Amino acid sequence: MSKIYMDHAATTPMRQEVLDAMLPYFGTEFGNASSVYGWGRRAHQALDEARDTVAELLGAAANEIIFTSGGSEGANMAIKGIAWAYQTKGKHIVTSAIEHHAVLDSVLSLKKHGFDVTVLPVDEEGLVSPATVEEALRPDTILVSIMHANNEVGTIQPIREIGAIVREHGAFFHTDAVQTAGVLDLNVGDLNVDLLSLSAHKLYGPKGVGALYCRKGVRLEPLIHGGAQERRRRAGTENVAGIVGLAKALELARQEQGAENERLTTLRDRLIQGLQKIPATKVNGSLVHRLPNNVNVCFQYIEGESMLLNLDLKGIAASSGSACTSGSLDPSHVLLAMGLTHEIAHGSLRLTLGRSTTETEIDYVLQEIPVIVERLRQMSPLYQG
Amino acid sequence: MYSDKVMDHFTNPRNVGEIADADGVGEVGNARCGDIMKLWIKVDNDVITDVKFKTFGCGAAIATSSIITEMAIGKTVAEAETITNQQVAEELHGLPAVKMHCSNLAAEALGAAIQDYRAKLASNSAS
Ligand SMILES: Cc1ncc(COP(=O)(O)O)c(C=O)c1O
Ligand code: FES
Repeated sequence: MSKIYMDHAATTPMRQEVLDAMLPYFGTEFGNASSVYGWGRRAHQALDEARDTVAELLGAAANEIIFTSGGSEGANMAIKGIAWAYQTKGKHIVTSAIEHHAVLDSVLSLKKHGFDVTVLPVDEEGLVSPATVEEALRPDTILVSIMHANNEVGTIQPIREIGAIVREHGAFFHTDAVQTAGVLDLNVGDLNVDLLSLSAHKLYGPKGVGALYCRKGVRLEPLIHGGAQERRRRAGTENVAGIVGLAKALELARQEQGAENERLTTLRDRLIQGLQKIPATKVNGSLVHRLPNNVNVCFQYIEGESMLLNLDLKGIAASSGSACTSGSLDPSHVLLAMGLTHEIAHGSLRLTLGRSTTETEIDYVLQEIPVIVERLRQMSPLYQG
Repeated sequence: MYSDKVMDHFTNPRNVGEIADADGVGEVGNARCGDIMKLWIKVDNDVITDVKFKTFGCGAAIATSSIITEMAIGKTVAEAETITNQQVAEELHGLPAVKMHCSNLAAEALGAAIQDYRAKLASNSAS
């Protein structure tokens, strides 16, 4: 068996069609989109077309799209941009305990500047309940930021319901859609969001480029000052090739997402059912409100990094929320927020499927994992097998 | 990120298991990331003749457990007691900085097993 990549939530390989669309803008069409001559005009036109594509796919207007350097910048821009622009209206921000650190740390960084932060709990499946959002809202709440789907456990949040509550209350609502862009329908009207961030490299596009949707009339204080690009909301010569790649990747994903989601869901469920046969194994996240490509399990009595090393030796690339893999020596904040103990969170394994995943790969993984788990358990002082 | 020697001890750990009639047992937990290591020693005439371990932890924790069993076997109890985590890491041709704390686990478990051996010895000669 050749190498098996099952970490598509971390990043995805770029598609050939995307690379082909980008290539001219590294070469002959190298112009600065702000220049008046032909090279500049053609670069500008490429940006306009990409912006139209992204806007249309989101059900937005072109002037509501700001190109960014990715999901992290989008989250920072939305959260800090709103905070600085509306701080005289209020200084309370609401988010959830399972957000990506790009959101969580952006929100928490504002505490130092006198903002008050409410971090909402989640249930054992990792769901944020709309009722807890409603309870958290205060007269001085200016922003709520809840992710569309979680990157570790794949739980899909009731964004539309939460959005309606937030709008009714008069606060702004941002959703981190990095894991759902190219997977689920993202219509900003249906979702009741004011701001939405996404990133190209999670949907077979290039790294280092993304977009933020910002509803017309919502003010943002820029993070990056300088030139007049992106209607003065984000200075800097545009990453034309990257932006063209983002639009192409989104467009392809939209065409294929229906059939691809169905295919991935079948493979995902085959993998989950196979892994559940291993004793003392827990599936994390919701089985109903779940991304089609996410599998996340905890194997009791063993540790995640040693599992990843063993999988790597078998040619399988995966990830874990174990403390030993985090660098910070704390296990995944997502798993802890879902009520898992440190010890259980230690044995977590995430397998995220993608375009390259086949049934043969799933079956190979299902053949190797039980052997690895048993081997590590035999070595574990916690296991009485 | 791991040296070949770490990967060797991780993939083929030496002396995994338990010793039923051990002369000393040490169990330590790593407060920093929640890992656990348990180590059994057999002592004959003040010389460590056998060591076995079980570890719940990362690749570095398993490799350090494995190598410390090799380092301890054949040494006198007093010699084995002086093994430091630095020596364990050196024996493995180095560990990544974030993994140095895992080598403490192995040295501490050996120390705890030796302490247990000494305590048992003292209570046996007292009775
Ligand atoms: C949910 C989520 N938000 C934000 C990010 C950050 O995106 P980027 O890597 O493009 O900065 C990621 C990916 O790392 C993610 O999974
Ligand atoms: S035992 Fe946790 S990082 Fe090594």
